[in-house]
Amino acid sequence: MSAVAIEGVWKYYGDFPALRDICLEAETGSCLALIGRNGAGKTTLLRIVAGFSRPGKGQVRILGTPPRETATRRNIGFLGHGIAVYDELSAIENLTLYAKLYGLDRPRQKALEWLEHTGLERVRDGLVREFSRGMRQRLAVARAFLHDPSVLLLDEPFTALDDRAIAVLQRLLREGLAQGKTIVMSTHQLREALELASHVALLNRGQVAFHGPCTPEMASDPGLVYARYGEG
Amino acid sequence: MRFARQVLVIAAKDLRAEIRTKEAINASAAFALVILLLLSFAFDLDPDTNREIASGLLWLVFAFAGTLLLNRSFARELPNDCLDALVAAPIPGSALFIGKALANYVLLLAIELLSLVVFGIFYNVRWTVQFGQLMIVLALGTWALTIMGTIFSALTVNIRLREVMLPILIYPFLVPALMAAIQLTLGLMKGKPIGPDTASWLPMLIGFDLIYTAVSVVLVENVLVG
Repeated sequence: MSAVAIEGVWKYYGDFPALRDICLEAETGSCLALIGRNGAGKTTLLRIVAGFSRPGKGQVRILGTPPRETATRRNIGFLGHGIAVYDELSAIENLTLYAKLYGLDRPRQKALEWLEHTGLERVRDGLVREFSRGMRQRLAVARAFLHDPSVLLLDEPFTALDDRAIAVLQRLLREGLAQGKTIVMSTHQLREALELASHVALLNRGQVAFHGPCTPEMASDPGLVYARYGEG
Repeated sequence: MRFARQVLVIAAKDLRAEIRTKEAINASAAFALVILLLLSFAFDLDPDTNREIASGLLWLVFAFAGTLLLNRSFARELPNDCLDALVAAPIPGSALFIGKALANYVLLLAIELLSLVVFGIFYNVRWTVQFGQLMIVLALGTWALTIMGTIFSALTVNIRLREVMLPILIYPFLVPALMAAIQLTLGLMKGKPIGPDTASWLPMLIGFDLIYTAVSVVLVENVLVG
């Protein structure tokens, strides 16, 4: 069974089809990199996979169930464009809030563990609005990984990260893959993404232009997929 | 039990965030107090007339001040895309909605009680004569404002002109609840308990609360997931 199965998904904004008959799969323990130009439909697709938006046609299955099922949502970690933490709460309050919402045992303890993982334990009581951009990004990573999800959906995860946050995220993603987690990430940062990806899907104007394993030549020349299957 | 805990987590988060920023409560309280003060200076009325207009004046102030507060309910989730994280969390949309409504209810009640104190001083009306019954009407009327404001706040959260759209959308729906609350409060402000002439408004207010709470709880998942 695929961890993530996208079957014939269409999405319309008015009359405009933002996604056209998308069919993709990600096996358990694999990392699928969604690449494509701006407006290709990567974010729209990830939002449907995460259950934030409903497809016009088709369906999405995460671990065999629809993404809006409560049990399924417990297994999804989403890291989007926004950091999804509250500026007016402290780091520990933010993580404890999400730990409680995910029904974790000892939520404060779990939050402290993740602050330590991401190197934020010394600023745990500081308000997020006082954090630097890099610290905020690391807190967002901690928030996405806090409940130990088996499927990670990452929308442009490396964009605007500082070096330290990139290192933290890459380490966590490698550990996640080693533990059998499934990752679907949309990205423009081909080099970072293709280092981790086992599969690549190129979206072009809402359609899948290429889907296949990530080969060593793709990893060494990130522009190769665009040159062969994209608009050039 | 789990549902109640999820509701309380959301409500506590909203209250904590609002108490720290005071964004909505300052605007709403300032609006209510300024309107009450300005009208008290503009119309130098005798105490009997004050008691006569009290209920209408108060409920209109509560409704206008309420929309300022309720507008922020889901809008506070927009910075940093926090709404996505809440929608992604494994809690029912109804728990998120009721939690937010509960936080709004507490804040709106606090503003109303403050307004009543100011009203009593500046309009020379003893509003505490039927204190218990007034609190019941206040509780029911405020829930009607809160539940409508919260669901429409969710509905308009992604609209650019949401500050304008929220009042336009909720006031027509609120007419029955406001009429009931005004009629019930009218007698109470004169020191008379709810009697046979006004008692029929009470089931209407309770019915409004129950029906719109149920409808909102059923619809909220569709409102949140587009």
